[in-house]
Amino acid sequence: MSALETVINLLSWFFIVSGSVFVVIGAVGTLRFPDFWSRLHAASITDSAGMILLVIGMCLQAGLTLVTVKLLIIGVFLFITGPTSTHAVANAALVTGLRPPEGEGLTGAEPEPLEADGDDNA
Amino acid sequence: MFVVAVFALFIAMVLVLGRLYAGPTLYDRVLAVNSFGTHTVLFIGVIGFLTGRPDFLDIALLYALINFVGTIAILKYFRYRAIGDAHQRPTDREIGH
Repeated sequence: MSALETVINLLSWFFIVSGSVFVVIGAVGTLRFPDFWSRLHAASITDSAGMILLVIGMCLQAGLTLVTVKLLIIGVFLFITGPTSTHAVANAALVTGLRPPEGEGLTGAEPEPLEADGDDNA
Repeated sequence: MFVVAVFALFIAMVLVLGRLYAGPTLYDRVLAVNSFGTHTVLFIGVIGFLTGRPDFLDIALLYALINFVGTIAILKYFRYRAIGDAHQRPTDREIGH
């Protein structure tokens, strides 16, 4: 019985620490990426990978109680609405004229004309 | 282990706030607000586990609902300059003509 608890604790450690790592990676990408579309990609890492791993880790800590049911409800809700709102932001940006940079040699260092376009409509 | 998650979520929230402050376009800011809301939901849940009161999950669930509806409402407002009957107005005008 104690061995089972140890295994569950270790699994929970693994899930929560890797979820934290994904959350920090997504936030660093959101802050540091050069252009809006890559920032969108980085922000959705938090919504999918980090959230799922953290919720699974908390479920393992909670055991079979009502808390796990609430966590699963939160997880399913965020799993549906996170990509939906990311898609809504991307669609709104695309409709108002913000375009991803294309072509050779684009390092994202100079996205000025595109962002000026977006500022026009903002 | 929840201390690790709390610190990671706190650092991530500060970084996303930096993007919210610096974001050149409106959509960067909307994206940062949405991401900040997701971080807040996870933060409230982890804080509940850390302090031994998992009842905070109700607040986290409510925050997730409000965050999603708020993001969609902000986007719809900036797209149509109206929250309620954005699609209805032009057709009414056409019918009036």
